[in-house]
Amino acid sequence: MIVFEKPKALADVPFHYCPGCTHGIIHRLVAEAIDELGIEGQTIGVAPVGCSVFAYNYFNCDMVEAAHGRAPAVATGLKRSDPENHIVFTYQGDGDLASIGMAETVHAATRNENITIIFVNNAIYGMTGGQMAPTSLPGQVTQTSPYGRDPKHCGYPVKVCEMLSQLEGPEYLERVAVNNIKNIRAAKKAIKKAFENQIQGKGFSLVEVLSSCPTNWGMTPQKALEWIDEAMIPYYPLGVYKDRSAE
Amino acid sequence: MAEKVLMKGNEAIAEAAILAGCRHYFGYPITPQTEIAAYMAKRMPKIGGCFLQAESEVAAINMVYGLASTGKRVMTSSSSPGISLKAEGLSYMAGSDLPALVVNVQRGGPGLGGIQPSQSDYFQATRGGGHGDYHMIVLAPASVQEMASLTFKGFDLAEKYRVTSMILADGTMGQMMEPVELEMGEVNEHDKSWAVTGTKMARKHNIINSLSLNSEQLEQQNFERFERYKKIEENEVMYEEFMMDDAEICVVAFGIASRVSKNAIMEARAKGIKVGMIRPITLWPFPKKALETAAEKCKAFISVELSMGQMIEDVELAIRCKRPVTLCNRVGGMIPSSEQVLATIEQVQGGLE
Ligand SMILES: Cc1ncc(C[n+]2csc(CCOP(=O)(O)OP(=O)(O)O)c2C)c(N)n1
Ligand code: SF4
Ligand SMILES: [Mg+2]
Repeated sequence: MIVFEKPKALADVPFHYCPGCTHGIIHRLVAEAIDELGIEGQTIGVAPVGCSVFAYNYFNCDMVEAAHGRAPAVATGLKRSDPENHIVFTYQGDGDLASIGMAETVHAATRNENITIIFVNNAIYGMTGGQMAPTSLPGQVTQTSPYGRDPKHCGYPVKVCEMLSQLEGPEYLERVAVNNIKNIRAAKKAIKKAFENQIQGKGFSLVEVLSSCPTNWGMTPQKALEWIDEAMIPYYPLGVYKDRSAE
Repeated sequence: MAEKVLMKGNEAIAEAAILAGCRHYFGYPITPQTEIAAYMAKRMPKIGGCFLQAESEVAAINMVYGLASTGKRVMTSSSSPGISLKAEGLSYMAGSDLPALVVNVQRGGPGLGGIQPSQSDYFQATRGGGHGDYHMIVLAPASVQEMASLTFKGFDLAEKYRVTSMILADGTMGQMMEPVELEMGEVNEHDKSWAVTGTKMARKHNIINSLSLNSEQLEQQNFERFERYKKIEENEVMYEEFMMDDAEICVVAFGIASRVSKNAIMEARAKGIKVGMIRPITLWPFPKKALETAAEKCKAFISVELSMGQMIEDVELAIRCKRPVTLCNRVGGMIPSSEQVLATIEQVQGGLE
């Protein structure tokens, strides 16, 4: 009996992620959604610059690697090429989506671009070795905030779902986490819905996923999952921030 | 012969792009090229195409990147400050070997500069503009007719060699009205097996990518790209020779500077000075051989430019500094007059006697 099968949309190559990193879980959820909706053959994914840059090797669908932060603009081009047939998703970190690519994010949202965005918020720049991210929490110690993030000096974290929910444009915004079974189930549902929305032509759907970075948080994988509950979720409450079709 | 229509340079670019099969335009407004966007905004919805005003030039070039990844024809246009913002995307397109057409209707710089004509983005265009070892095919129209025909050809060359073609024009070319013949011929088909259009579960996935952390592999990719560039240099150089048969002085000029120079050369000829012109139509690849050959007969060269002297370096390189090269220029939106060019020709002639 097979109890744990790799989703078909995931390629048969080992992930390069650190032990205990939840990027892998999120990849899996995206691939499961693609499998269940039977859209692999028409899907084009956009990989970011960040720890998940090699996402283009991990998914079996067609893939494009974008410049740092530009994935929503690249996705716009991919989608507009053939809006009826292309299913387009981006997979982006917090530095990518909420710092260098903020303009591309906000404008894709306000255009209600019919794409799906998987936004991995790990409150840190993982790939470059743990610098402060736009989503790093007040007081959080990082390589570039060695005394803890001081909002008086460098401002407050960006709450992406809350911010985008003020716009008329986007169809669907939800924040989920992947630090326990219950949260992973909810994340799975949200990610699938974000793809279904696109298939139904409803428009811009973004799922923010609170994710761990044990390596750069300086924690054991277990402690990192707990930190999501203790520190991140209180600052970034889970839930649906916008769902136009449900309103 | 097909009928001619009176058109502005910028509109000629837009219409020729449509004739070349381009159905997607992404751009951000900036003077003096906004007519291209305005034309596309009007025409695209009527022909099943897509005009989209991006939030910035950065976004526009990345929309181009996405669209080009799907193997369809796509373009953007801008002017100098906007092209600087596109530089990142141009480098990524080169790294991912994506074909597209980019128009730069140059204005005076640096910085915000002015809105009047300039050729001071010559270095930026011919050296690639962004980071890394790469080139674009750079086409320099000198008439509204060429604004159209080089746009049409630019799309073809881009697909043939999987590179970006850039139309390097200036404000005068963009605004000028001249009769144009729009009969452009057939659109060639090129291989698109690399494009991302969905696997249809019928092939292995395609990946559009410029990342390569393996240095040996990245070196190989650069070598392969430069093999293609070599073919472009061998096959695609374009230039016009004007009164070069018996010329002792060779003027080198492109775009609006070449038109002014032609007038000056006619006047100099009337005074008995043996002067001609080589007008590069491709700035990259630069017509090195034509200049090298000219240097065998000509005793002196004059580079006429709307810059502080950028193309002059390529002229000197092409003739290996065998002959003196004099710069005749205006900048900041000013255009050299034919009197100024004539005076330079006479001065150079004086030095030869
Ligand atoms: C233009 C540009 N600036 C900076 C970088 C360096 N860089 C690579 S990844 C990264 C941060 C990625 O952080 P995030 O988006 O949060 O992704 P994570 O690694 O945390 O998953 C930076 C700054 C780059 N590649 N390109
Ligand atoms: S650095 Fe952090 S985000 Fe990157 S793979 Fe390691 S744990 Fe994951
Ligand atoms: Mg991050």
